[in-house]
Amino acid sequence: MTTEIVVFAVLFLIVSGMGFVASRWRRPDDIASLHEWGLGGRNFGTWITWFLVGGDLYTAYTFVAVPALLFGAGATGFFAVPYTVIVYPLVMLVLIRLWSVSHVHGLVTPADFVRARFGSPTLALLVAITGIVATMPYIALQLVGIEAVLKTMGVTGDLPIIIAFAILAAYTYQSGLRAPALIAFVKDSLIYVVILVAIIYIPTQLGGWESIFGAAQAKFEATPAPTDGILLNANNQLQYVTLALGSALALFLYPHSVTGVLASKNRNVIKRNMSALPAYSVLLGLIALLGYMAIAAGVKPIGTDVNTVVPQLFERMFPDWFAGVAFAAVGIGALVPAAIMSIAAANLFTRNIYREYIKRDATDAQEAAASKIASLVVKVGAVLCILLIDPQFSIDLQLIGGVIILQTLPSVALGLFTRWFHRAGLIAGWVAGMTAGMVMLYNIANPATKHAHFGGSAFSLEKLGLDTKMTIYAGFLALIVNLVVAVLGTIIARSAKVADGPDATSETDYTADEGDPRVRDLEVTSST
Amino acid sequence: MTSPRTTPRSDRSPWNWLLLVPIAIPLIPALFNSVEPRLFGIPLFYWLQLAFVLVAVATTLVVYRMGRRGR
Repeated sequence: MTTEIVVFAVLFLIVSGMGFVASRWRRPDDIASLHEWGLGGRNFGTWITWFLVGGDLYTAYTFVAVPALLFGAGATGFFAVPYTVIVYPLVMLVLIRLWSVSHVHGLVTPADFVRARFGSPTLALLVAITGIVATMPYIALQLVGIEAVLKTMGVTGDLPIIIAFAILAAYTYQSGLRAPALIAFVKDSLIYVVILVAIIYIPTQLGGWESIFGAAQAKFEATPAPTDGILLNANNQLQYVTLALGSALALFLYPHSVTGVLASKNRNVIKRNMSALPAYSVLLGLIALLGYMAIAAGVKPIGTDVNTVVPQLFERMFPDWFAGVAFAAVGIGALVPAAIMSIAAANLFTRNIYREYIKRDATDAQEAAASKIASLVVKVGAVLCILLIDPQFSIDLQLIGGVIILQTLPSVALGLFTRWFHRAGLIAGWVAGMTAGMVMLYNIANPATKHAHFGGSAFSLEKLGLDTKMTIYAGFLALIVNLVVAVLGTIIARSAKVADGPDATSETDYTADEGDPRVRDLEVTSST
Repeated sequence: MTSPRTTPRSDRSPWNWLLLVPIAIPLIPALFNSVEPRLFGIPLFYWLQLAFVLVAVATTLVVYRMGRRGR
């Protein structure tokens, strides 16, 4: 037990030290400007981008929660694999356009783009608020990952989490995006080692894969719930597919994913990463199976917290020192995305609220200062979320976050390809999609957690009067409502001759690449 | 990346349609919702969905290479 804590603490401190040193790494000319602090100078190559975006998307929470899903419900939890398989081919052509237009016009956030494309500060504000609200619970969830590890080591109380986040806050304040980029190397190396060892070693201890899946099947057959099992059934296939697709559509609408992508050096870096990032998806799929190993090993969650099953499996199966390494991997794994998310949320606040509505003539230095403070506020908010409310509640919030961020798809993702939509139609669509999503989520109960509302994302089609037991992902249905209203609203606004916003971008902006005279900010490269 | 180009760059390529393959296949449960055949004792549902990663990697690579060649 003590060996574990010592190994965990030492690794955690080494990595934190790296966070502080990061401000000197690939030293910028002027870290006082927002581009430098928030986007790392936009000169990250293929490898750094791979680590950064990978560390950003595949969070500690994912590593703890996905196996917990399989542990609890079986096959439905495996949706994370198709989700992270389809996402890259889905967004490849979208992200390169976003990169180009952002570099031509100096855009940092998705809301910046919407502002430039549709000439509507209101729509941009909606997109910015959606981004901030969706990101906050995501940061809080990273703490749930750390908490699960601490609980397993027998460390309880709020102090360790406060310390962990104070360290995180201090080094992001100091180093901006450079800190998570550098730390991601360590985090990912640790996670790859731990998972490869786990996936090879643990099955040999549990009598092979056949008996692991056998144990899982026996567990699900013994439960009264009709929705679990090691395969999908007729009623949850639609939910599985729409959840995978909806999550894939949502992933790169999150401001933190955009930040990681915009920090890359050129379009080819992004394209190459679309082929390289799926390596993490394999890892995630293998990690997911840890949930079944936990069943086979007879692990019981601590209290009602199913997120503790993976840390407990490690503790039971590994020698103390290696369990410490595994826990450090999860703990550090939480810090990377939390840092990037808070930077991204802060950028949204600074660019689309502070500069747009509070101080229009802000200088670069003032902007960076406001952003740093906003990132601190966001992190304090996330810590308070965890300390003051039930962790289960942040999981529910995160669920809502996924549904609401999807509602920015028409203006951000479709906006990158077409200027057909009218700003009034997009605003109406956002309102309709948001309302529909909230109403559906409110009406989803979860008997397992005794929640009457916001109990999950699987919406029963029966509630719409259809004669079926099938369920569908609420966010997906809300997006359809959003799109229909946006299309109708656009047609109405156009025929009523409502004034449309000016488009500050032109078609060639969307294909510009490094070396183009119009592409800005790339002179900041430090030689490597 | 030296002289300013005279013809505007375009992302259009017939190869882009290939991207639909790795998007569509993982969304058809009929293809993988089965226990048999197993691989190393792992049911089809799990190993085949993991194998789809290779399809996605291969197609994005092809689209990237072919897109570059077209310039």
